[in-house]
Amino acid sequence: MSAAGPPQDAKGALSGGSAPASAAGAGTHRPKGVDHARRQILAWGAAMAGVAIAPGITLFDLAHGRPPSEPASRTKRWGMLVDVNRCAADCNACVVACDRENGLPATKTATSAQWIRKIELKDMRGGSKSLPMMCQHCAEPPCVDVCPTGASFKRADGIVLVDRHTCIGCRYCMMACPYKARSFVHEPVSDQKPDVPRGKGCVESCTLCVHRIDRDQLPACVEACAASGHHAILFGDLNDPGSEISKRIAAVATRQVRADLRLDTGVRYQGI
Amino acid sequence: MVRASATAGSVCRRWAALVALVVVAAPALADAPPGARASRVPQPAVTATAAGSCVEDTAFMRRNHMELIRHQRDLTVHEGIRTTKHSLANCVNCHADPKTGRVTGRKDAFCEGCHTYAAVKLDCFECHSDRAKAASTASVEKAK
Repeated sequence: MSAAGPPQDAKGALSGGSAPASAAGAGTHRPKGVDHARRQILAWGAAMAGVAIAPGITLFDLAHGRPPSEPASRTKRWGMLVDVNRCAADCNACVVACDRENGLPATKTATSAQWIRKIELKDMRGGSKSLPMMCQHCAEPPCVDVCPTGASFKRADGIVLVDRHTCIGCRYCMMACPYKARSFVHEPVSDQKPDVPRGKGCVESCTLCVHRIDRDQLPACVEACAASGHHAILFGDLNDPGSEISKRIAAVATRQVRADLRLDTGVRYQGI
Repeated sequence: MVRASATAGSVCRRWAALVALVVVAAPALADAPPGARASRVPQPAVTATAAGSCVEDTAFMRRNHMELIRHQRDLTVHEGIRTTKHSLANCVNCHADPKTGRVTGRKDAFCEGCHTYAAVKLDCFECHSDRAKAASTASVEKAK
């Protein structure tokens, strides 16, 4: 009985829009029962579209739709789980996608900002592992503690950001961050993306693609990693025990980088 | 004697009517777009190109646009509220020059023209994009 609930609801929402089209296209001789069956199938299709098509990827996530007029919710905590065993050493699709999404220069110089970088972990017994390193979006962020102007802050849903309107470019947060996740913009910037304003004299770092999250999209690196076929990064709500990321963290051994600092990072790693 | 005073009275009335006309017409003339009349003072060289009406009354926007976008910026950055009505991106989308697609870069560009005239530093676009998004997204965002 409970299984029949969602498709009936979906049918109710769907039938209003599809009824005129089916009446016009299907002719007048179709028996009523067949039409009902077609609608049922359509409704199942609509219900299935919200289900994951691959780990971490959904056509649309019915759980975290938020209208643009509503503030970010404290009930969420966005996080990532990086499966290091799936991350290929010769792949930097996440870095390229991040640069493109946020308008960072494609050609790097010594002073270029780095929001995400690929690093190599060497095992003392030989062998190495490659993984992406970016802002870990700590629950207790040291960068926020030290900021003299309040520019470095944590949003209600756990995303650590810099408010460039109040950042004075003192770079104290860069010194406080144990992950070297933040960069200072040394050169004048032009041709910024409309969604990602950035300019000389401010500190910046991974925003977890906050402009995309607010539109119910995945961060650019997560999408690019899946598109490259590696599916190494899983994005989701750490506060929701039913989310894919929470289930995986409950099921497999995951680690926080520098867990000894007890910063409670939002980015977790599996396989290191 | 009586007749002379009557004549003086009618002259006074005519002057009063003329003064009243000028007083009434002055604000209307002041609101006329630059170039519509010869002005004794220099006017901002802004060509208003946006079609349709602004999100608020024009006179209100002239005085208060900075308050609206400052308020919106804090809501967006800190709380993630992304309504487009008072967002800077929405301003740029509507007011960008149709030829250049920008609100700065020329003396008669919408933002730069007026800010140059008023000698107010325009530093939004040191970080923010001064280019309009594609026309399709602009019309969608204006509708919201």
